[in-house]
Parts: sequence; C-alpha cells; structure tokens
Amino acid sequence: MTRRLAIMLAAMLVTVSAFAIDTGKAFDDPVLQARYEHLIAEVRCVTCQNQNIRDSNAFIAADLRREIRRLMSEGKSDAEIKEFLVSRYGDFVLYRPRMSGKTLFLWIAPFAFLLFAAFAFVRVLRHRMMLPIDAETTKEGEAQ
Amino acid sequence: MNKYLLPLIVIVILIPVLILGLQKDPRELPSQYIGKPAPEFDLPTVQDPEQRMGSADFRGKISLVNFWGTWCVGCRAEHNFLLQLSREQDIPIYSVNYRDQRSKAISWLAQLGNPYVATGNDEDGRVGLDWGVYGAPETFLVNADGHVMLRYAGPMNPAVWEDQFLPRIAELKQ
Amino acid sequence: MIPEIGHFALILALSLALCQGVLPLVGAQRNDTAMMSVARTAAYGQFLFVAISFGCLIWAFVHDDFSVLYVANHSQLSLPIGYKVSAVWSAHEGSLLMWILILSGWTVAVARFSSGVPKVLLARVLGVLGLLSVGFLLFELLTSNAFERLIPAAIDGGDLNPLLQDPGLAIHPPILYIGYVGFSVAFAYAVAAMIGGDLDQNWARWMRPWTIVAWMFLTVGIALGSWWAYYELGWGGWWFWDAVENASFMPWLVGTALIHSLAVTERRGLFKSWTLLLSISAFSLSLLGTFLVRSGIIVSVHAFATDPTRGYFILGFLGIVVIGALALYAWRAPSLDSEVGFSPLSRETFLLLNNVLLVVAATLVLMGTLAPLVVEMINGGKISIGPPWFEVAFLVPTIPLVFLLGLGMHTAWRQQSTGPWIRLLRLPVIAAVVLGIVLPLMFYGRVGLLLGVGCTAAAWIVISSLIQPVRSWRRRKGSAAITRSALGMSIAHLGMGFFIIGVTIVSAFGIESDRAMRPGETLEVAGFDFELREIRQVQGPNYTAIEGVVEVRRDGDFVTTMRPQKRQYLVQRNWMTEAGIYPSWNKDLFVALGDELGDGAWSVRIQYKPMIRFIWIGALVMALGGLVSVTDRRYQEPAK
Repeated sequence: MTRRLAIMLAAMLVTVSAFAIDTGKAFDDPVLQARYEHLIAEVRCVTCQNQNIRDSNAFIAADLRREIRRLMSEGKSDAEIKEFLVSRYGDFVLYRPRMSGKTLFLWIAPFAFLLFAAFAFVRVLRHRMMLPIDAETTKEGEAQ
Repeated sequence: MNKYLLPLIVIVILIPVLILGLQKDPRELPSQYIGKPAPEFDLPTVQDPEQRMGSADFRGKISLVNFWGTWCVGCRAEHNFLLQLSREQDIPIYSVNYRDQRSKAISWLAQLGNPYVATGNDEDGRVGLDWGVYGAPETFLVNADGHVMLRYAGPMNPAVWEDQFLPRIAELKQ
Repeated sequence: MIPEIGHFALILALSLALCQGVLPLVGAQRNDTAMMSVARTAAYGQFLFVAISFGCLIWAFVHDDFSVLYVANHSQLSLPIGYKVSAVWSAHEGSLLMWILILSGWTVAVARFSSGVPKVLLARVLGVLGLLSVGFLLFELLTSNAFERLIPAAIDGGDLNPLLQDPGLAIHPPILYIGYVGFSVAFAYAVAAMIGGDLDQNWARWMRPWTIVAWMFLTVGIALGSWWAYYELGWGGWWFWDAVENASFMPWLVGTALIHSLAVTERRGLFKSWTLLLSISAFSLSLLGTFLVRSGIIVSVHAFATDPTRGYFILGFLGIVVIGALALYAWRAPSLDSEVGFSPLSRETFLLLNNVLLVVAATLVLMGTLAPLVVEMINGGKISIGPPWFEVAFLVPTIPLVFLLGLGMHTAWRQQSTGPWIRLLRLPVIAAVVLGIVLPLMFYGRVGLLLGVGCTAAAWIVISSLIQPVRSWRRRKGSAAITRSALGMSIAHLGMGFFIIGVTIVSAFGIESDRAMRPGETLEVAGFDFELREIRQVQGPNYTAIEGVVEVRRDGDFVTTMRPQKRQYLVQRNWMTEAGIYPSWNKDLFVALGDELGDGAWSVRIQYKPMIRFIWIGALVMALGGLVSVTDRRYQEPAK
C-alpha cells in the first residue's frame, strides 16, 4: 500500500496533460531531427501512465530526451540508443518491443493468427461447398 | 474432445492469470541490475564539492544506496526511519541527492539529521538515469562485490525493511 | 436523508432484480405463466428504483452534499452546475450506478418491445438480464457504495478532475455505456436460447435489432471518446491504443462480427453456434473491459483509481458469467449444426471472411492489451506494447477486410454467378484504383505504397457502397426499391469509407511542428502563417489561465484567431492544456501552448491535420447506417 502511495506521490509531481518541449535546441540537421522525433515517440515515460517521452512533461522524460540527444550527437545508432535505455529500464521502456526471444511471438502473432484463420476459413468453406444448397426459407431479400 | 469446449478452456486458463495480475502493482518496474554490478559513478559530495563519493566506496562491504530529493514527499516520510537505521545497525547508507539543489539538500540534512555516510550531488539526474531510477525515493542494497541485490522503489519503512531487506542481508552475511 | 433514500432504493432494486432473475427462469422451465410474467413487472420496478437512486445521487451533487464521500471527492462548490451533474459518472461508484441504470433501461426496453417473441424465450431473456443486474447491484452495494457517508462532512469538495470538466464528459460515458451494456441483450438471448435448447432463424431476427442498436451507441461512444481525447488532451492524437480504449474497441469488433453473423443465421439458418459464441464473447469483452478499467490491474490515463478488492469481485462475477455461458455453449452447440451449404462465390463466404478477419483483429488487440501482464507472470520482466506494435498488427487483418468489404455487398446468397458479378464490379474496381492514386497526388502532391493502398481502399468502399443506392434510385419506378436493411448496409459501409479516408490522409499528410516562439514571431506550417501575437492572463469560473493569441493567415489573408490556453484550476492546481482548434470539413489547424522557456519565449505545438474530421464523421455515418437498417419492416412490431 505504501509502495503504491509512494509511486503515486512521485507520479503526482508530474503535470498531467501539458506536453513537453525541449528547452534545448533541436538538431540543426533535419535528418537527425527527424530521427530524434521518431525515436522519442517510441520511448515510454517510465513514471507516467502510458505516455511517450515526446508528450510527457515529467522530469524523467526530459532527462531521457537529453540523454538521447547526447547519444545521437555522439553518433550512436538507434540500436545502440535503445540498448542504452533498455539496459537501464528494461524492455518496458520501448513502445515498440524489440525482436528477442520474449517478444518474437508478438511480431509473429498477427501473421500466425491470420494463417490459422485462413485454414479455418478454408475448412469451413470446403465443408459447406459439399452440402446441398437448399432453397429453403425465402426471407425478404435485398434488391439484386 | 468436444471442440466446443475450447473457449471454456481458454477462459479457465485466463482467469488465474488475471487473478495473479491483480496482485501486482502495474506501475512497478523491476530493476535491470539485480545480480549485476552497480553502475559506476563518481560524484562530488553535496556538503563539499572537493570531496567525492561513488561506486568505488561500495567495495568490501554491504551497503545501502538511497536516491532522494528535498522535493520528494516520500523522502521526507522515510527520513526518520533512515535515521533510525543508521543508528541501530551497521550497514552504511550512502545516498545520491537526485535532481535537487545543493543548498536545499544541505539545509535539509542540517535540519532533519543526516543518516548518510556520504551524499553525492546528482543535480542533473544523470547518475539516477544510469541506475534506472524512475522516481524517488529508491533504495538499493549492494553487496561487498559491488553487485546490486535489491531495489525498493518507495519510502522505506519497518515492514519493507523486515520483509525484504533483512532476509537478503542475512543471506549475504553468510 | 436523500442519500439514504438513494441507498435504500438500490436495495429494493436488488430484491426486485432477484425476483426478475430467478422466478421467470424457474417459470420457463415449468411453463408456469404466472411466474414468467413476473419478469416484466419486476423489470419495470427495478428500473424505477434504480432511477430513484440515481436521481438521489444527482441531487446530492447539485445540492453540494459533502457529507456523501463520493460527492466530497469529486465535486466542488465553485464547479459549474452542468459539471456537478456529469461529475456523478466521473468516477467508479457513480459510473457503476449509471451502468446499472442503463442495464435496467435496456431490460425495460426488451420487456416492452418484444411482442412477437414467444413467452418462454422472453421470460428467459429477462431472467438472465435480471441475474446480471443482481451481480452489478451486489457489486455496487457491497464494494462501491456511492452513498457512503463522510462524517464529519467536508466543507468543500476535492473537485472534479479538470480534464473531465468538459462537455465531452457529459456525453461520452453515457453513450458509450449504452452500447457496452447493450450487448447484454444479445448475451441474454444467447443464454436463453441455450437453456431452451432451440435456436432458429426467428431467434436471430428477434435478436438482431437489439444488437445493432447497441452497436450503434458503442460506435458513437467510441468516436466521442476519440474526439474528446483529441481536443482535450492537447497532443493532437485521436487514438492511443491505451488499454481502456482497447477495452471498448474489442466489444465493438466482435459486435460488428456478430451483426454480420446474425445476417447469415437470420437468412439461412447457418453459423448458429458461431453466432452464439460471438454473442457470449461480445458481452464478455464488455465485462472484461469493466474489469480492466476498475481493478487497478493496468496502467492507463483513463483507468479509475480503484483497488484490487473490487477487482476480485468483478473477476469473480466475470468468471461465473462467462464460464456458465461457455459451459452451456459446450453442451448445446454440437446439436446446432445445420446441413445446408453455399458455393465458394456467395455472400455467405464473404460474411464468413468478415467474421474471421474481425475476430483475428479482436484477438490481436486482446493479446496486445494482456500480453504485458502474461509475460510478467511468466518471467517477471516487463515488456511494453504500444502504438507502434498495435498499428502494424491491426493492419494485418484489416487491410484484406476492407477490400473484401466492397465485394461482399454485391454477392448473392447461396450462389453467385461469376459473369454478372465481374461485369458489375470491374469498372468500380478500376475507378477505385485510379482515384486512389490520382486524388492524393492532386490534392497533396504525392503518393506512396501505404498511402496508395489506403486511398484505394477508401475509394473502393465509397464507390462500392454507392452502387446499390444509386441503382435503386435510378430505377425508382417499379419493384426495385431498396430495402431499409440494404440501404442501412450501404450507408454503414460508406461511413467506413469516410473513416478510412480520414485515417489515411491525416496519417500521411499531417504535419506537427514544435518550436519556441516569442510574441511577435511567426511560424509557417503547411502554407499557413501562425503569428503569436501576445501571451496574457485570463480568468475563468474556477480557473486562471495563460492564453496565447495566435493569428493565422494564408497568403496574407486572415483566416482565424486561435487562443490556446494553459489553465490552472483553483482546487487541484495542476496545469491543463486547452488546445486552440480551427476545424473545417477538410482539415483542422491545431495550436497548443507548452512550457514557458524563459526570456519571453514559449514552446508552441502547431499541427496541420488534413481530413481528420472524416474519422468521426465516418463513425457517425456508420451509426446512421445502423439506425436505418433497424427500421426495416421485418423488425417492426406486428400490427396490433
């Protein structure tokens, strides 16, 4: 209970809806800036309730943005930056889960489900194709 | 097997999962450093910028590391208990003054008492970020090899100390 | 005194709900008319007392009765009267009471408008609804009593969360709940049919209008929520794949599948057990959504602050309801298979595809919402699943779905001959592909793969939806009049087309600009010049605000003045962003004020949102289509 209270208290120090603008300069290089803006939209603010660090005003979000800017200006790649973040906060800090054993099923799932559904569909269709098409009930129909 | 039992089976599996889920705090983050070496750092102390403290201090003994700030209500709540801990048991409590102002930290410790062996000045929060701190207060248990054994996010209190920290400390002392 | 009346009324409602739940079900088993007829009276009675109770709660808010804990927590003396009323459903206890009221309302509607339905089936339907009411009433009375007293009473309240002090709050939850709760009728029909053991095309015909109406409200409710988030939260987003949003979206997806599955069952007596399963699932997902939002199990900006005790109760209730229904399903479903078929090119095939793809979509959303929980259970690590995953995953089943949509509408039941079908559709297909590529090029200057697919899909759906209405209009004289049902279908699908236009265009061509600005400076976004004229202080009824005055020009011509604000409400003292929005049918201009950066500079977020209104217009048109199809002759009451 107290743990929850503490975390709530810590989180209350965060303003809820004002979004965040960096006090530092944006990158001059538009390519770098675009990469930066894309990246910060995918990093979770770890104290907030489900916001990314681009939109959050929490100080931890500002700190994370600052670190990312620093790493980017040192020439680190996106993968290295993500590794930096994950080694400190865990996979949870990324909104787009990375490919790893744990998260592989997440990325395969849509296609796996679709495939499974396709099989089910074909099975039902083949069964129904074989059955007599009764002219049983005549309901009010659409104009064809 | 009756294929129509499938949905029922799915639900019967799902419900315990949700029950277990209820018992967890969704906002709690596990530390990435459990069992691993504590992140290295070296900071000027709050009281005297000429003096330093850092991860080198943790070698050779079990230590506690507390991240706090004068802006943090929970830190005020736990302060008296930390004072008590510092007096009644022999594990040194180091601390990092996280994202705070040096002058405020000094008067806080002067007014309320100082349970810490040394307090580092992490004004821009970079050390906190390296440790994966996501709020304050947070308390870490570090063993004699400098590895992180435990992290508690929230104000320290007797219950947490007894339930979580003392058993681990006992293990480490063997 | 009034709160006590409210509380007591709820207890009376509970006893009536018990009668309504138990007696008709027993009566149906024994074919005892007297017991079965208790259902209607008990339903009316229950509604009366729940309404009284709800009225008492409203009274307590309007009269600032801070001796009621719930009022003290969520209201404030200086709160405008309208928000005092909407504060009633702003948090857990009150919104739960509203849920109960709406459930009771649906029950009364079913009791009143089911004259063609056999007595035994109707008694069971009302009985099941009664049992559901019992569950929710117990939940309210035992764990979430809105009338709990605060002794001594507070002098003033803790205020309504400023985010909720907004007209959006007044309508979004009630409309959403009407939809959410409305699926209980489909559920009750399913359970009633399973108890009785027979399920036929009539059953589907009786049940379908209720499902469509619930679906309509849910569609509008979700759209309202999205629109509200867009203008209230200040970030310009309209969907965040937040767990609570997903909680309302999953029943919608399954509900849509249900409506289509019911079409097949009604028309041909097929897919009966599948329709049953969907009916059970839609409401189960509603219950699951309630659980997710109110138990504290997930993190969300929308989640009610509440505790695990309530979570256990809902989970227990959810478990009983769903396991019970699925057990019945496992028992009855095997005997429901019918032995008629259809050819590969037929409407049945397309509806089957529709169902399959919608269920895949719903399953993916469910997975994305629950996976973090499950993974944490297995190995303790937390993974995070957010918009980047959802957006990709969701498109996998839905892209095929939208293309198939246009085809299925024009395919005959049982067996469609290929020739006429191709002749009818080939021109529209070609037109859609051409428009899909040409139009974005014309209006926005470029086109890419995803963009082209989206625009083609939208064009295809719009064109395809218009084929039948246009043809029937041209053949006005004679027997080729289009039925309400078919017209409703066309309109609903047209709405979907609009929705896709909105989503595709705003995703591809929307522009966001975050910059530091000083008064007097101008920023150009998407051909519009935004000049920050001044920053000043303003006063509201229960807040003070810093307002930016932004003048917008295009090619030198004045367009509008926008006034984004940062408000500080007097009681809760956190800062809220009120965005300035300039809406029009084909675009929104969106300006929000961020932080003061010092030195007179402020951070300003300017957004250009082309076609974003079509997202919500599309949803409204979809709902309209539902309304039109419900008025079809075959669902009307038989002449008295």
